[in-house]
Formats: sequence, C-alpha cells, structure tokens
Amino acid sequence: MKTYSAKELIACRVAGEMRDGDVVNLGIGLPTLVSNYLPEGINITLQSENGFVGLAPVGSEVDPDLVNAGGKPAGIFPGGATFDSFMSFALIRGGHVDVTVLGGLQVDQNGNLANWMIPGKMVPGMGGAMDLVAGAKKVIVAMEHTAKDGAAKILEKCSLPLTGKGVVSLIVTELAVIKVTSEGLQLEEISPYTTVEEVVAKTEAKLIIPDHVGAMKGLEQLEQLEK
Amino acid sequence: MSKVISQEELVSLFEDKATIMMGGFMGVGAPTSLVRILVEQGVKDLTLITSDTATPDTGVGPLIVNRQVKKIIASHIGTNPETGRQMIAGETVVELVPQGTLAERIRAGGAGLGGILTPTGLGTVVEEGKEKLLVNGKEYLLELPLRADIALLKAYKADKAGNLIYRQSARNFNPIMALAADLVIVEVEEVVEVGELKPDEVMTPGILVDKVVCCGRIS
Repeated sequence: MKTYSAKELIACRVAGEMRDGDVVNLGIGLPTLVSNYLPEGINITLQSENGFVGLAPVGSEVDPDLVNAGGKPAGIFPGGATFDSFMSFALIRGGHVDVTVLGGLQVDQNGNLANWMIPGKMVPGMGGAMDLVAGAKKVIVAMEHTAKDGAAKILEKCSLPLTGKGVVSLIVTELAVIKVTSEGLQLEEISPYTTVEEVVAKTEAKLIIPDHVGAMKGLEQLEQLEK
Repeated sequence: MSKVISQEELVSLFEDKATIMMGGFMGVGAPTSLVRILVEQGVKDLTLITSDTATPDTGVGPLIVNRQVKKIIASHIGTNPETGRQMIAGETVVELVPQGTLAERIRAGGAGLGGILTPTGLGTVVEEGKEKLLVNGKEYLLELPLRADIALLKAYKADKAGNLIYRQSARNFNPIMALAADLVIVEVEEVVEVGELKPDEVMTPGILVDKVVCCGRIS
C-alpha cells in the first residue's frame, strides 16, 4: 500500500465530512486542499470571507479584483455572488455557513482552539477566524497531530491565546479523527499507519477510547483519485 | 453638481492626526492612488482603520512603511512585516479586531447604532475590558461603533453624483465605510454622467459620497 503524506490524509478525510450542498469556508493553507478530494456526487459552495460565494480555482486570466481570503488570485463559478464584508460576516456569524475548516496551533479537551498568535513571536491578527469559529455550524480543525518539534498540540488546556472557546466539533490529523464531546475528546478513527497507543502517546489530553476504534476513512478515495 | 475633483484638489483635504478609514482587503479594493498622494504629501500621526495592512508595497502598506500612522485598528497585519516591527518596537499602536466585528463596528458607526452585540471573541483576549450582555440566555460582547474623519475608498465606476459600482471581490469594506466618515472620498477607474448608472445597479448611493477622484485603472 502506498504511503500518503500527512496533508493528503488530512485533506481527504476532512473532505469526507462534507455533505452535498454545504456552504463551506476553508482556511488558508492545508484546509484549502480539502476541495481537491471531494467524493463523487458531493458538491459544496465555498465562501470566501473577503466577499463572495462560489470560490473557484483561478482561471486562464487573472483578474486583479478577484482574490481569495489569502489575497491570492481566485476564480468564481457561474452562479456565484459577490458582496461586501458586512454581508460576508453576516453569513459567517449568522449560521449560514455549514462548515469551516481551520488549521490549529493547539486544541484542548474542552473544544477550545488557539490558532492566531504566539505571544512574543507571531502576532499576525485573527482576521476572520474568530468570527468563523463563533458562527459556523461545524468547526473542523485540520492539523498535523504534533508540532514540528514533536510537542503535543491536542492538550488538556490550551496555553496559547484562544481563537474561540468551546467551538471545535472535530479534529482531523494524519493519525486520528477525534470528536469533541461534552465528556471530552473521543477517539473515533485512526490511520492505518498508526496504533491507538501511538495516538495516545502523542496526545496530551485524555482520550476517550471506545471498544472499537474505526479505521480512518478517506483512504479509498485517495486510492481512487490515484487511479 | 459634480462631485468629481482633481488629484491636486485632494491634497488640501488631508491633515496630520486625522482618523482615516481605508477600504481594501489585502490591497484589493484599496485606493492605491490616494495612498500614493498621502505618502507624497507626508501627513503624519494618522489613525488608520482598515481590514488589514496588506503588504509593504500594496494597499495601505506604503503609508505604514513611510511611518505616517501612529495607530492602526485592523483585523490582520501578518502580511506586512513592517506593521509588526513597529508594533513590537512600540512605535505604532495596533488594535486587533476580529474582521466581522470590525465590519459591524463601522456599520454601527454609520448606521446610528450605539454598538453591536456579538458572540465573536467570547472567552478570548478580545473580550477584555468589554461589557458582556445576556440576551435570551445567550452571552454577547458589546462592541462599540467606529467612525472616522475621512473615508478613502475605491470603486470601479462612479457617476458624477457619486453613485458607486464595485467589481468582484474589490467591494469588501468600501460600502460600509462610506457610511461612517465625515468626509468620503472615492478613487474610481471611470466616471460617467448622471443617469448612466441604473438605480438598481448602484451599490453605494451617491448621497454618501463627497468627492470622486478618477485615477484610471491601476494593475
């Protein structure tokens, strides 16, 4: 069996969470890959917080007036719509966006998310992230399981300044899918390249481990795309 | 009466210490020519209210690099390293505001509202020092209105009465800021006669706009 990269595994698994017809906001970086792995028959509408729905890959001609939320050239599908920042965030905050997928620096067992600053090191600003986590119906954190230095990112309690309190629904990493429940973090699935023991060792937060932990979904999709 | 003025006539409108709102998202929909005029004129100690500080050479970026701004209220500064440098060095005050909250605070300032109630930022540093209210059992933060002396906006097309049309994702904060400043100046690519824009096409009504400056298309 081919070994897929962490990014491929994460993006493909997150894509499997989408329902046909969902309005989705994908954060900058890894989350933007999700739209490459949508299962057949699942069509979603992407919302771009700078002011439109129907976000598409950039076409043959670059329009300087049309960029994505990262400021990079973008396209817009037929049937899309442009609007101002007030409407954009009314959509986000008002529960009109079904799913948002964001990266994370830390997530904790109460569903708190920290992804916007590291005091003394990086203060880029929260942009639209705090509104997205406050308003989207489902918040999925898509991130690598541990930091580059091996430090745990799924914690008992976030140490970095929060982006949102109790906002995360699901954590998808290259090792596992973890659901945030009122009782704590529940291990739902693990990748075929790991074991429950490894996931537990690389997670600081206490995990609720059911009798049966499923295999991470999405691999068949990756293999199919490969063909 | 035409609201169209020349770039030269603009200069007398800017003063040191003014609070300026500027449209644009990562420089797109930002009044690039008006920024250049501000940089050439050299007004200083400005307070800037804007979505983000773009990059050092796009959008509002050159104003930051030229150190004309003493305070910035924005949602994102990460793509312009000079903003971060000035903030850490204590040269410029930066107030970071969630982007949706920024839009609503400006709208409140222009819509006669005493503030807005939002769940955004609850349980984060954003709530520090702010009043919390319970409405129907749900908690909200009270966020106060924002206004400016001048709004500098960018639209695609205007008629001589100041009615505006924007293109694609270049609309962003521009229509909201048109509500919330004492003097509203718009950079446009094209000016047409009154009557050439259909009322149904107009995205910002001309009654909000004081001055229109035609600067052509800048790519």
